[in-house]
Amino acid sequence: MKETKIVTRDLTLHYGQKMALNTINIPIPEKEVTAFIGPSGCGKSTFLRCLNRMNDLIPSVKITGEILIDGLDIYRKKIDVVNLRKKIGMVFQKSNPFAKSIFENVAYGPRINGVNNLKALTEIVERSLKNAAIWDEVKDRLHDSALGLSGGQQQRLCIARTLAVEPEIILMDEPASALDPISTGKIEELIFELKKDYTIVIVTHNMQQAARVSDHTAFFYLGELVEYGKTRKIFTTPEKKQTEEYITGRFG
Amino acid sequence: MKLKNKIIGGAITTASALSVVLIIAIIIVILVVTIIGGKEKISWEFLTAFPRDGMMKGGIFPAIYGTALLVIIMSIAAVPFGTITAIYLSEYAHEKSWLAQTIRFAVRTLATVPSIIFGLFGLGFFVQFVGAGMDNWFLGGQLKWAQPNLLWGSLTMALLTLPVVIVSVEEAIRTVPRELREASLALGATKWQTIKKVVIPGSISGIMTGTILAVSRGAGEVAPILFTGAAYSLATLPTSVSDQFMNLGYHIYVMSTQSSNVDQTLPIQFATTLVLLMLTFTLNLAAVLIRSSLRRRVK
Repeated sequence: MKETKIVTRDLTLHYGQKMALNTINIPIPEKEVTAFIGPSGCGKSTFLRCLNRMNDLIPSVKITGEILIDGLDIYRKKIDVVNLRKKIGMVFQKSNPFAKSIFENVAYGPRINGVNNLKALTEIVERSLKNAAIWDEVKDRLHDSALGLSGGQQQRLCIARTLAVEPEIILMDEPASALDPISTGKIEELIFELKKDYTIVIVTHNMQQAARVSDHTAFFYLGELVEYGKTRKIFTTPEKKQTEEYITGRFG
Repeated sequence: MKLKNKIIGGAITTASALSVVLIIAIIIVILVVTIIGGKEKISWEFLTAFPRDGMMKGGIFPAIYGTALLVIIMSIAAVPFGTITAIYLSEYAHEKSWLAQTIRFAVRTLATVPSIIFGLFGLGFFVQFVGAGMDNWFLGGQLKWAQPNLLWGSLTMALLTLPVVIVSVEEAIRTVPRELREASLALGATKWQTIKKVVIPGSISGIMTGTILAVSRGAGEVAPILFTGAAYSLATLPTSVSDQFMNLGYHIYVMSTQSSNVDQTLPIQFATTLVLLMLTFTLNLAAVLIRSSLRRRVK
C-alpha cells in the first residue's frame, strides 16, 4: 500500500439533530483510486464533501472528529479553506460548466490565482484539456460557449477545469451518473490515467464502475463505514454480511 | 357533475380572455386618445425647442432633458445601492437573521409608501436637513444646497425606485444555480470572487431589467420631485446638480392645473403625455428584449 494521503479520525457529522456520519475512520492512499459505494442516503456524498469542506456552506451541519490531509487537520481553526480547496479539486454529479467559453472555463481557476498572462493561460488550458482527454474535440472551438458541448464533454471539461488548478486530490461525486455508456467509458479511462498523478476519491452508485476503476472500496450504510479494503477483496470475499448483500444486489 | 365542471371551466376561460381583451383595449384607448389629442402639436420643434409665449408655443425639450438627467442620476444612485443590498440579502445575510428580516420588511414597506410621502421626506431630509447642513458647514450659511435641485430630486426618486431594483436583482441572483457557486468555490475561489465572477454575471439580465423598470417608474412619477427639484419653467437647461430642472410628468401637471385656457393647453398635455408614454414604453420594451437576449445567450 502506498502512502496515506487522507485519514479521518472519528469523523461524525450531524445535519441539525440527524446523524449523517457516525465515527468514520478511514485511511485513503495517495495516487490511487478509492471508491465509496452504498445505497442513497448512506452518507457517502456527505463524506466526500467533508474532504474539501463543501459542507461549510450548509449552516446546520456540525462536524466532530478530525480529517488529516498530509498529516494536518483540515478542520483546525487556522486553516485557509480557500487554499485547501485549491489543493483538493472536485467534480460534481451534474456537470456544471460556467456560462463562459471553453477557454474561460478552464482558465477560471488560474485566473483567480492571479495568472493573467495570456501565454501562460493558453499553456495551462491546453495542458489541462489534453490531460482531461477532450483537447482534440474542442481545440478548434475554444472560444465557443461551454454550454454547447454534450453532457459527457461538459463533464470532461469540468475535470479539465479542476486539473488547471493543479490539485493533489480530486474528489468525484458520481461523475458519470448522468452520462451515456460511451461517455462513462471515457470518464473511467480518464480516471485510470489521472491516478498516476492524483489521489482520487470517487463516489458511485454503480458497483461495476467501482470495481472497474478503483483500487480500494469503502462500503457505507446508514452513515457508517461498514467495510473498507482492496476493491478486489471487497467484491470477491467481503467480510461483512451487509457488504455482500449490497454487492450481490439483495438491497440498495 | 361533468356538465357543471364544463360550465365553470368555460366561464373561467371566457372571463380570462375578456380580461386580456379589456387590458389591451384600455392601452389602445389611452394611446389613441393621446395621439388624437396631441397629434397637431407633435413635431420636430416640439421635441427639440424650448417653450415660449408663456409655454403655449414652442417645445418641451427642457422637460425631456430634465427627465433624462433625473433618471440617469437616479439610476447611478439606486442601481449600485440596490444591487449591493440584494447581494447582501441573498449571499451574506442568514435568511432568518433579524437584520435581513428588517431589511426585507423595510423594502416591502418602502414599495407601498405613497409617492407623495417620498416627496415630503425628500423635502424634509435632503433639502432642509442635508442641504441646509451642507450650506452651514461648507458655505458659511450661504444658500446653495438648501433648496430643491436636480440632486435632491434624483435621490428622492432613487429611494422610491430602490425596492424595484432590490427585488428584481435578488430574484435574478436566486436563479444562479447552486452548482455553479459550488464549482467556483471548489476551484478555490473566495466567496467574493464567486459573487463577482459567477453570481453577478449570471444575474446581469435581472440587474438590467431592474434598472430599466426603475427608470421607467422614475420617469413617470411626479410627486417625489414636486418639492425636491422640479421647476415650473426654466429659461436655461440645468448645468449642475444644484440647478432645478423641468420634467415631463410635472409639465403635464403644470399644464393641466396652472392655466385657465384649457383649449390651448390640452393639445400640449396630450403631446407631452405621448412623449412620456413612448419613453416608458420604449424602456419597457428594451427591458424585455435585453432579458430575452441574455437568456438566450446563457442557454
